Amino acid sequence: MRIFETPLYPYERSPDQDAPAPARHPVVVVGAGPAGLAAAIDLARRDIPVVLLDENDRVSYGSRAICFAKRALEIFDRLGCGDEIVDHGVTWSRGKVFFRDRRIYGFDLLAEEGHRRPAFINLQQYRLEELLVRRLRDLQSEGRPVELRGGSRVTKVVPDDSGVLLTVETPDGPYRLEAEWVVACDGAGSTVRRELGLEFAGRVFEDNFLIADVTMKADFPTERWFWFDPPFNRGQSALLHKQPEGLWRIDLQLGPGVDSEEEQRPENIAPRLRQMLGDDVEFELEWISVYTFQCARIDRFRHGRVLFAGDAAHQVSPFGARGANSGLQDVDNLVWKLERVLDGRSPDSLLDSYDAERVPAADENILNSTRSTDFITPKSATSRLFRDAVLNLAETQPMARPLVNSGRLSLPHVVLDSPLQSPDTDGLPARTRPGSPAVDAPVDDGWLLARLGDRFQLLAVGIDVPDDEPGLEVVGLPARRHPLLDERYLGGAPGALYLLRPDQHVAARFTDYDPERIAAALRRSSAQETDDS
Amino acid sequence: MTRLRTEPNIPDGDGFYQELLELHQGRSKEESDAINARLILLLANHIGDREVLRGAMKAAADAGL
Ligand SMILES: Cc1cc2nc3c(=O)[nH]c(=O)nc-3n(C[C@H](O)[C@H](O)[C@H](O)COP(=O)(O)OP(=O)(O)OC[C@H]3O[C@@H](n4cnc5c(N)ncnc54)[C@H](O)[C@@H]3O)c2cc1C
Repeated sequence: MRIFETPLYPYERSPDQDAPAPARHPVVVVGAGPAGLAAAIDLARRDIPVVLLDENDRVSYGSRAICFAKRALEIFDRLGCGDEIVDHGVTWSRGKVFFRDRRIYGFDLLAEEGHRRPAFINLQQYRLEELLVRRLRDLQSEGRPVELRGGSRVTKVVPDDSGVLLTVETPDGPYRLEAEWVVACDGAGSTVRRELGLEFAGRVFEDNFLIADVTMKADFPTERWFWFDPPFNRGQSALLHKQPEGLWRIDLQLGPGVDSEEEQRPENIAPRLRQMLGDDVEFELEWISVYTFQCARIDRFRHGRVLFAGDAAHQVSPFGARGANSGLQDVDNLVWKLERVLDGRSPDSLLDSYDAERVPAADENILNSTRSTDFITPKSATSRLFRDAVLNLAETQPMARPLVNSGRLSLPHVVLDSPLQSPDTDGLPARTRPGSPAVDAPVDDGWLLARLGDRFQLLAVGIDVPDDEPGLEVVGLPARRHPLLDERYLGGAPGALYLLRPDQHVAARFTDYDPERIAAALRRSSAQETDDS
Repeated sequence: MTRLRTEPNIPDGDGFYQELLELHQGRSKEESDAINARLILLLANHIGDREVLRGAMKAAADAGL
């Protein structure tokens, strides 16, 4: 039995089902996909009791996401499962681009040095979810307050001022639950979204894509191959990507209005794959499916006590691997805020900043994936003319290669305009400006991000500061010992102070020590103060 | 920020124009269109200044109206 057919969290009857009145929980997370699992893990680590509900009892069915970007891996590090995930994944840096029957160029994405994690790994989504379930189980056995209830489908959602009443359908019939806060991670077809009557507005792409996972008998280079208009898939595109465990992902664009049953028949697929891989490559089909997609989002991600994350909030095309990666960043942004609101350290308005920060991130993802889609599938004769011009030039002219867009890999969103941010200080490097996730760097025998943790902290490079600000830990490092740290955090400055949020994003930075300004920035970044003082 | 240069700037304009026509001599409409698209991309890359490129796009669109 394959992992995605194996029940991992079978339905069990919960005492809540026999309670006379709906049991009340601080947080209920709906949906145990990558976003929901990460949310439950992050909450549990912070000792916030959380119930995670999923209609299913197993990982994501079949083959979906495979590419997880550096920021997602850094989030997994914070959640305590980065090593397991990275160890299971494969990395690659080389690729080839084909146009019609020609190989037009090869590339090597030489990754920047001085980061603990690679720019991305390839790992099957079902494997990722399995590892996240394992992490959640470990937390449970440490006594952390997390429950994963399989076979539990949310069917009704009724919010009021003090909580949200959920109806949960189970094999034993329905029961009701009350949540102070609901995190809706129930995917693109979100029931919670429908129950709240929210519109999922955007652009539907008519295209169908066929996914085939194959194992190959012979050696095959660990490279990403992308074809525009290949002979075996005329007028369309194709992608070949490496997965762990000897698996390869093949993605064939089919175009609109196809008979998806017919397309999925192995006898129709095999000849095409033979053309694609070459006659001498023996392969075996492991998985076949057809998918379509849309680029859409809800208008706001916070609706009172219901917070939407992942595909439930926004959906993008798969080009650029932005779906799961952005859902994980949603959770990263949300959970510490929920913690502070729940324990009364911050007002409820802190959660409005989730919306203010993640809606622009979703728009950025939608913009990028729409641009990729428009390049891959030109929508007009002129658009095709320029697309083909770029591809023809790319064969001999390096200038055209950056314009070739077969998906732009997910990079972390830099929040440009957030109520939590303080104005920047001049003279420091652009890449660590307020709104950016802290950039990793080697320090002593380890890594900067591993030193940061997930509370508010003051990273002090080359400036001595007393560790006496309540609610703020100081991480002090010398200047001029770690060249990459200096380059990324000081630029030309002799020293700098960085106020980092619990999600390791820069909230403010200074070149001298002024306890009052630091305290003000801390109040602002935890929404304890919203004026401009 | 540089603005699009709109005063004459090409030495021997007639010579340039002749070369441009010769480039398309004897080609099908399809070939010519493809060459023009590649030409635009090469020139745009050479210019590299988004402000100038935007100015050129606008001037090109407006002139036909
Ligand atoms: C072919 C393909 C390739 C992709 N490649 C990539 C990639 O390389 N990188 C990337 O980042 N993303 C990729 N994506 C996107 C990625 O798969 C999704 O963005 C990701 O799964 C979203 O995670 P999620 O947790 O928000 O939702 P989902 O994974 O959809 O999880 C939702 C969960 O909610 C549960 N659920 C639904 N309704 C209810 C209910 N009423 N009650 C209880 N539970 C419910 C479901 O059982 C499910 O477990 C790809 C997608 C496809 C289709």
